[in-house]
Amino acid sequence: MILHRLFSGDFPRSRVLLVMLLAIVAGLVLTPFIFPGAKALNVAAKACIFIVLVASFDLLLGYTGIVSFAHTMFFGIGAYGVAIALSHFGPTWAGVAAGVAAALAVSLVLSLVIGLFSLRVKALFYAMITLAVATAFQTLASQLSELTGGEDGLTFKVPELLSPGFSLSEHPFLGVSLDGRLISFYLLIAATVVLFLLMLRIVNSPFGRVLQAIRENEFRAEALGYRTVVYRTLSNVLSAAFATLAGALLALWLRYNGPDTSLSFEIMIDILLMVVIGGMGTLYGSVLGATLFILVQNYLQDLMKFASEGLGKVPLLRDLVHPDRWLLWLGILFVLSVYRFPTGIVGKLRTAARKS
Amino acid sequence: MSTPLLKLEAVHTHIGAYHILHGVDLEVAHGELTVLLGRNGAGKTTTLRTIMGLWHPSAGRVLFDGEDLGALGTPEIAHRGISYVPENMGIFAELTVAENMLLAARGAKRPEDIDPKRLEWVFGLFPALKRFWQHPAGLLSGGQKQMVAVARAIIEPRKLLLIDEPSKGLAPAIIQNMVEAFRELKRTDTTILLVEQNFNFARQLGDRVAVMDDGRVVHAGTMAALAGDEGLQQQLLGLSLAAHQ
Repeated sequence: MILHRLFSGDFPRSRVLLVMLLAIVAGLVLTPFIFPGAKALNVAAKACIFIVLVASFDLLLGYTGIVSFAHTMFFGIGAYGVAIALSHFGPTWAGVAAGVAAALAVSLVLSLVIGLFSLRVKALFYAMITLAVATAFQTLASQLSELTGGEDGLTFKVPELLSPGFSLSEHPFLGVSLDGRLISFYLLIAATVVLFLLMLRIVNSPFGRVLQAIRENEFRAEALGYRTVVYRTLSNVLSAAFATLAGALLALWLRYNGPDTSLSFEIMIDILLMVVIGGMGTLYGSVLGATLFILVQNYLQDLMKFASEGLGKVPLLRDLVHPDRWLLWLGILFVLSVYRFPTGIVGKLRTAARKS
Repeated sequence: MSTPLLKLEAVHTHIGAYHILHGVDLEVAHGELTVLLGRNGAGKTTTLRTIMGLWHPSAGRVLFDGEDLGALGTPEIAHRGISYVPENMGIFAELTVAENMLLAARGAKRPEDIDPKRLEWVFGLFPALKRFWQHPAGLLSGGQKQMVAVARAIIEPRKLLLIDEPSKGLAPAIIQNMVEAFRELKRTDTTILLVEQNFNFARQLGDRVAVMDDGRVVHAGTMAALAGDEGLQQQLLGLSLAAHQ
């Protein structure tokens, strides 16, 4: 009953998927203890942030059927909100709260305006409008260098509890020092869990049901009495709010923000790929898509280096798996995964579970 | 004929550059089932969609309970108490049967919130829905999907049902199930405007009939009169009832 309420009755519905999700959650939670080193911790933290970001994009694309290229803009607003507030007011919790609140307010207004003015137009035009707005915002962020630090971005201090210099205890726990970095990581995990469950609640509420109906057939939803523009705009606002919170988490984790970190179009493409690989219209897909993508992005090169060294005497094959060609293989892997799993990994696993 | 609940007065509809309805006059009386017949492309579906506000009339009036619906949007029209069952099993395929019903039962957040008496009545009309309550509607057979579409329209009492070709593509046994369901609906004094091409199906249900051709209503009268006049059927529909059976 508690689990039913916690997951809003929306369980993985596939044993394989459940095992994969549990493995990911366990892997992320235990990262500091089983994968020592700064890189592993950074990868795990990035995976958590992208789970929230991708899930928030899925709320828009997968559940409502809206294609938007402005999602990284809201992600960037969250990151800049925290970065600017902490740079100007110093490393306090009040600064964090002010940054998050201001970022949420800006995102709310922008998403509402974009939604109300643009969601009446056809999907393709809406996508183009969001692309134009996001590009303009990225340029603006670079130009307003006094506020945003321009292309260099902003480096800032976080509240003491979260700073690497803070120590909870002089004695390490299971070989891991209990410092501010570890506290930051577990706060990030807690925030990810709360935000994910909140989104799960939204998509499984009557509101979420209407969004799915709109995605399938807008006129039929209107014929049942739903003002689809209102619902689409609300979905846009909610999705933007969650992306903003993900951006705030990113800034707090990195203690830095710049245009390439949170606003670049490359991140937008990555989010799209993560949603498609995980499975659109399934929030669990965001967990799988984001984690797998981040892992491949960070470790494929290492894996290829290992393989290339192993194939030292086989000239053509050795060159093919040379670490410099990791982007080529990344592309091939994604083409194959989309070809093999057109409904995403979650879609494929759920279909298989239904048939068995 | 009793007072019309719905009245179309010289309604013209344009879709882009195309002039589809050329002055449709139609009356649907309280508590009656009116059938809109006609060949493909006669303008039947456009008439229903114009009533529902998908396309606004370029001229003429759509009066419902005395109110002109012409300027209203589709959701506002639905809120006036009109349910629409689109053609081709207009369900939400990725939602379960229960979720399809909940979308139409506006006050209900969960299946338990749906009026249990009404739900049992709907299950009585379409027993298959009870069996497949938690199944995705897209996985059901064609007939079951049509049942979901009709059940969704009647899960809460409505003043008027607009139903577009409910027998299209269905097996004879399912069509008979539909006929029985509509007969039961008629017993509850529900007002229905039914678009149909299957004259045998329409004949069993209709109180009144309107025949459309080329975007106009070319005949209006009682179903009994049309069913009993083979010559009129030949003239209006191009085939007799006997040939259609």
